[in-house]
Amino acid sequence: MYQSFLIKYAEIATKGKNRYLFEDALVRQIRRALKPVEGNFKVCKEQGRIYAHAEGAYDYDEAVEALRRVFGIAAICPVVILKDEGFEKLAQDSIAYLDAAYPDKHITFKVMARRARKNYPKDSCTINADLGEAILNAFPEIRVDVHKPDIYLNVEIRENIYVYSQSIPGAGGMPVGTAGKAMLLLSGGIDSPVAGYMIAKRGAKIDAVYFHAPPYTSERAKQKVVDLAKQVARYSGPIELHVVNFTDIQMYIYDTCPHDQLTILMRRYMMRIAEQIALENDCLGLVTGESIGQVASQTMQSLMATNEVCTLPVYRPLIAFDKQDIVEISEKIGAYETSILPYEDCCTIFVAKHPVTKPSLKVIARSEEKLGGRIDELVKTALETHETIWAD
Amino acid sequence: MEIYFDNAATTQVSPRVSAAIVQAMTQFYGNPSSLHHKGYEAEQALKKARTDLASLLKVQEKEILFTSGGTESDNLALIGAAYSRRRAGRHLITTRVEHSAVLRTVAWLENNGYQVTYLPVDANGRVRPKDLQDALTPETILVSVMYVNNEIGAREPIEELSRIAKAYNPSILIHSDAVQAFGKYRIRPAQEGIDLMSVSAHKLHGPKGAGLLYIRDKVRLEPQLHGGGQQKDLRPGTENVPGIIGLAEAALESYEERETKNERLRALKERLLQGILALEDTHIHGLADEGGAPHIVSAGFAGIRSETLLHALEERGIYVSSGSACSSNHPAVSGVLRAIASEPQWLDSTLRFSFSDQNTEEEVDVCLAALRKLLPMLRRYRRA
Repeated sequence: MYQSFLIKYAEIATKGKNRYLFEDALVRQIRRALKPVEGNFKVCKEQGRIYAHAEGAYDYDEAVEALRRVFGIAAICPVVILKDEGFEKLAQDSIAYLDAAYPDKHITFKVMARRARKNYPKDSCTINADLGEAILNAFPEIRVDVHKPDIYLNVEIRENIYVYSQSIPGAGGMPVGTAGKAMLLLSGGIDSPVAGYMIAKRGAKIDAVYFHAPPYTSERAKQKVVDLAKQVARYSGPIELHVVNFTDIQMYIYDTCPHDQLTILMRRYMMRIAEQIALENDCLGLVTGESIGQVASQTMQSLMATNEVCTLPVYRPLIAFDKQDIVEISEKIGAYETSILPYEDCCTIFVAKHPVTKPSLKVIARSEEKLGGRIDELVKTALETHETIWAD
Repeated sequence: MEIYFDNAATTQVSPRVSAAIVQAMTQFYGNPSSLHHKGYEAEQALKKARTDLASLLKVQEKEILFTSGGTESDNLALIGAAYSRRRAGRHLITTRVEHSAVLRTVAWLENNGYQVTYLPVDANGRVRPKDLQDALTPETILVSVMYVNNEIGAREPIEELSRIAKAYNPSILIHSDAVQAFGKYRIRPAQEGIDLMSVSAHKLHGPKGAGLLYIRDKVRLEPQLHGGGQQKDLRPGTENVPGIIGLAEAALESYEERETKNERLRALKERLLQGILALEDTHIHGLADEGGAPHIVSAGFAGIRSETLLHALEERGIYVSSGSACSSNHPAVSGVLRAIASEPQWLDSTLRFSFSDQNTEEEVDVCLAALRKLLPMLRRYRRA
């Protein structure tokens, strides 16, 4: 029945003179989301509105699913577009529309006409009344309720006439590509994909960095991270995933420093390397899945110690989230199943029984001094040899 | 260089087998049940496969049932026998070291009204006949003991176990999962007192998805699949002609010069395990002599997580298997190692090396050299 979707924006409408930038980004994101969907779609801005038109046969459910993943959309309204062939025809078509869309007529409704084309012979009040009457006559069970109707039948008179009554909630947020790019530290866990998703929701493009430690972490552990990146990419668009071999750095820290500081020192070097790759790729910030107190390396003292090593802002969208809330988002975005696959990641392989939870910056600095110039060489090698994978 | 020492997991299909399968797919593509010539041709090819396999096992052709492999054969043997004999009794006996295809199936039967006794094993993984003797009850209808253990290679004394069970009650059925043994040993199920025996093609350079269940004449099983009447309605479904032909070809090939091949496998095994024992803090599980299969070496490396060593060997092109699928999140330590009462330190540090006829002494030496290099290095770095 529907060949078109009216896309209602979220916060874009408030963006004043930059509005077109946001709209254009949204159009691009909608096109990208609809590309893999069965059918051909035309996405366009018309009179301050965005429409996605399906040309010929298409998969309705798949299209709605795809649109629901596009940030910046407040609501998706499947719409029937009619030619203006007089009010009689409009009434007939509206009745036919209601009949098809609502098999059970024990509902209340209200007509919401908008006459954007002022030369239409009836004004909006008259359309509301006349169309309502025609519908009441057609379906004896149906009732009008002007305060709290089950459905609002929107009728917009423009060049053509747009009839819609359904509103499917969208993902909200801002269209990806309106906020710059951020570098996500992606592990194989539950939190980091969610963090990436949340930052992308504010319009940021996402690149990601993953640290692997062969032979302590396996090929499957790496593939798991690629799969997670792909999962986030369904929302954020393609992600360039930088895979850094961290084994030698890890070994060297293990050999040189107290083992209870291993995790915090590793985290500091991960942040340094991530920042370096972020700067080389025009990223404006780092993103992590940290949440206060979740593990030893995420106490406020530890966060301070890891935060200290970089100058780029570090975005931590989950900082005040409980694990259960993070799990819920992870499930919603379809990452959870992958996240819980049991492959070891490089943060856990040498973890001490009792890692420091309140590292002192002084003590950490002293440990890092011991690493000397050799660590810089190892970092340089890790940066030079890192591998890039497109996750899309 | 690629060194494949994981032949107990699966094997490479041999050129001869793959040629036979391609011919089956492209030439004998008819449905064996079709009345026309193409069907007849496929039926004849199937018949030849059956004849070949029956003559290798020295059994009757009608005693061979084609299945999709070891797991299906085990399920059909155990559930099929338990159901068809449920009026005679509801007690089954198996061992603690069986493959999950047997253990999970009997666990399912336990949830469906049957009692199961799990026999312990000795330090080398072998069932003690006395334990079976003690476990038999008037209710016992079936004893299932694997021929060769897949993790440590222990060869079970099937013939003796069968004698004990049959002396107690001749109508007790003996099932053996021979997935790791068929093609290595000249098994004669009829003479060894085996009533039901599971075989899989892909362990002997045949294709995945093909196997057989030997069912001694007059043994009745309750079918687990229902359909179009093929294989006397016991396992309906259009026969997997290419898979079955691949199975027969692989079996024929593996039986050729079997003794010579086994001697070579034993020599490889001996070379590897002597080399490993010469390294510090290592241990060999199971028996090195005839009590163990010729192609499986299970070795512990103290202080190294098996998965790490596995990946480190993999980086050098050497493919082995961890003795137990284990990770930090899901400690699923091997039941076999527990059953042989192995010291806790080996539970998480055991690798399985398994050979095929194609492996060489040189490969063993390369592997030993890699181990010599890796062990000290990996032992330096461990969980604090």
